[in-house]
Amino acid sequence: MRVDRWETLVVALLAAVTVAASLGVDGFANGSNVAFLLLDVTEIALMALTMTLVIVAAEIDLSVASTLGLCCAVLGRLWTAGLPIEAIMPICLVTGALAGALNGLLVTRLGLPSLAVTIGTFALYRGLAYVILGDQAVADLPPAYTGLATQSLGPIPLLTLLVVVLAVAAGILLHATGLGRAVTALGANEEAAYFAGIRVKRIKFWLFVASGTMAGLAALVFTFRYASARADNGVGLELAVVAAVLLGGVSIFGGRGTLAGVVAAVLLLAVVRNALILADVANEVLNFVTGLLLVASVLAPNLKVRLERKPVQ
Amino acid sequence: MLALREVSKSFGAVRALRGVSLDLAPGEAHALAGENGAGKSTLVKILSGVHRPDEGALLLDGEPVEFHGPADARAAGVAVIYQEPALFPDLSVAENVFMGRHPRRSFGRVDRRAMRTRALDLFSRLGVPLDPARPARGLSIADQQLVEIAKALSRDARVLVMDEPTAALSGPEVERLFGVARSLRDQGRAVLFVSHRLDEMFALCERVTTLRDGAVVATDVLADITPDDLVRRMVGRDLAALFPKQPTVPGEVALKVDRLTREGVFTDVSFEVRAGEIVALAGLVGAGRSEVARAVFGVDRRDAGSVHVAGRPLRAGSPTEAMAAGVALVPEDRRQQGLVMDLSIERNIGLTTLKWGLLSRAAERARATDWAIRLQVRYAGLTDAVTVLSGGNQQKVVLAKWLARKPRVLIVDEPTRGIDVGTKAEVHRLLSELAAEGLAVLMISSELPEVLGMADRVLVMHEGRLVADLPRAEATEERVVAAATGRPA
Ligand SMILES: Nc1ncnc2c1ncn2[C@@H]1O[C@H](COP(=O)(O)OP(=O)(O)OP(=O)(O)O)[C@@H](O)[C@H]1O
Ligand SMILES: [Mg+2]
Repeated sequence: MRVDRWETLVVALLAAVTVAASLGVDGFANGSNVAFLLLDVTEIALMALTMTLVIVAAEIDLSVASTLGLCCAVLGRLWTAGLPIEAIMPICLVTGALAGALNGLLVTRLGLPSLAVTIGTFALYRGLAYVILGDQAVADLPPAYTGLATQSLGPIPLLTLLVVVLAVAAGILLHATGLGRAVTALGANEEAAYFAGIRVKRIKFWLFVASGTMAGLAALVFTFRYASARADNGVGLELAVVAAVLLGGVSIFGGRGTLAGVVAAVLLLAVVRNALILADVANEVLNFVTGLLLVASVLAPNLKVRLERKPVQ
Repeated sequence: MLALREVSKSFGAVRALRGVSLDLAPGEAHALAGENGAGKSTLVKILSGVHRPDEGALLLDGEPVEFHGPADARAAGVAVIYQEPALFPDLSVAENVFMGRHPRRSFGRVDRRAMRTRALDLFSRLGVPLDPARPARGLSIADQQLVEIAKALSRDARVLVMDEPTAALSGPEVERLFGVARSLRDQGRAVLFVSHRLDEMFALCERVTTLRDGAVVATDVLADITPDDLVRRMVGRDLAALFPKQPTVPGEVALKVDRLTREGVFTDVSFEVRAGEIVALAGLVGAGRSEVARAVFGVDRRDAGSVHVAGRPLRAGSPTEAMAAGVALVPEDRRQQGLVMDLSIERNIGLTTLKWGLLSRAAERARATDWAIRLQVRYAGLTDAVTVLSGGNQQKVVLAKWLARKPRVLIVDEPTRGIDVGTKAEVHRLLSELAAEGLAVLMISSELPEVLGMADRVLVMHEGRLVADLPRAEATEERVVAAATGRPA
């Protein structure tokens, strides 16, 4: 199967790049760099998990990074207002959930395309973040939490363990449960799924809620990791997230994709980036390489079809 | 005129055609017969340039030709009606008919008026009351097929190839199509006609070529053989072409539909189906039969009236609840509504019985295998996407998917559309068996022999209203047709 092969390719590429970087790039293959690399990709990885589900359902959520910013702003505001952090954290998640719910309502109730809706809320949520926190940076966060966010268990960062647990959960959800089957089916053919009694709208709504909530969680991680809550936290991350999901072999048209592929793609992008930075490559080149990988991921399946069509005479 | 010489075609390990030769002569209508998956559509797609033969050659007026794509075939004067309609949903009906060859005015502007009048002209030849300006989205399968037919006819081709064009049509539409096809034939065009309805082949064609497992079994002059001979050629053994329903004693009312109305579509439709009964819903294309079924199942809204299942009212607009109450609907459009084409056979079958929690792949596979065998689905592997199955085999997967739910009320919309004679008898036997076990069946069918052979009662719709309710003993061909066409019986 084509899909499986693409994911194998991503994994192989990841292995190759990792080996090459270990041999060729000074400072790549040491424990602290690997831990840093893993830690640095936490937010992207988290949001990519739910984004995978959303895109498999043939929708998209471009507002995730703005939702993250909004949640950071809420966190900063409430912290400066003197609320205990233990109370703020759930509020942060609920804020994300509500932002996702608004996306979900606009998409399922009004029947608007999610691309348009989430481009709108992309601007809206970021704007709201500035309204709430302004240009302020809230930095005096409790060290207990900022410390926790960068701690490791042996060589592996705690947050990476969190990502692993959630990735396994999302993988099981998508590939081994009836709900995941329903998500795949409705992404491939919404009408047939509806005729089969799948509650298409309800599922889509909850996917957007999940995506928003995950952005809320990513906001907590981001804030504690950098010990700074700002309205512009995570600007541009949505592109990194979507890029990873597509590179991981998820079809932009829905109905196809695996979580393993996405995880491999997240790592691949992170390793490439890290290795190039260590090798002192300019930022522009960096973006160029990321873009190249992405174009390749979109082109590859089509190229393969072309090649197969060629007569074998 | 157009001929195939020793053509073979394989898809991976599947040998769809082996050494097939076929001659289409001017002024002749040629039938192509064979079971599901015998290779008929593959042959059609070779004639139309979609597929290229692995071996063998195509001859046009005796000269070898190569079609590199559908455009080449079209340029050579071959017009094709494919088994599965493929219209552009957002374009108007007229634009679909003239796709790629719009009538032009100066500066290459599309001449909408000419397009409209020419479309109307085609539709009136076919006797279809379709508005050329409406979008193709939402057309019933039968109407989509009529648009495809109009599209092919508008090309004024030398060779007309039709792959199961009549599968969703009822008597009068088929007659009109045949009228047009006959006049083309009499003008010296060649016609290739694929169908699973034997009577149609005998009515339209002079010769028939039968395929079995991708190879030609025989080419016969139809006047020299009987339908039974033809079935034997296709299946390789004797077979009762129709399986009459076994009489059962009807039980409780399983489905009660009361004064159901959807504005502008159907009005005041009331009927009951009892456990153990098979009730047929007959009528012309466009009479509103499928629409009633969809409103009962809840995929379409309803404006008035009620539906009760086993005495309990059913809320409008929720297929999920209809399913929970034990209702199943096998929809007419298998590609859009029946199947998720990219998913595998087993996953499609499993789709109606999904629970939210963890799945057991073994159980899923076992159930899929079970039903695939019961319905004689022909496949290479259960993990194959349903796209690679032949049309009839796809239909069987849709049936399997719904039967796997073990429903109490089964609504089937053209259940044997595109299914071959052997399996049709098998599907009929299965429905009869399930009815004997207490299933209530509402069967929409445009095929009169199926209606008369299977139904305990025949309901007839005409222009959105129920106009007749005939018990089996009174349901004759004349009465059903009279009611369906709105003539007083
Ligand atoms: N694109 C494809 N890839 C793989 N296998 C295919 C493909 N198209 C057709 N086949 C296989 O080729 C065989 C012949 O299929 P074909 O569609 O020609 O049958 P058919 O005679 O038209 O049947 P039906 O009466 O059901 O329409 C089948 O076994 C089918 O599964
Ligand atoms: Mg076919």
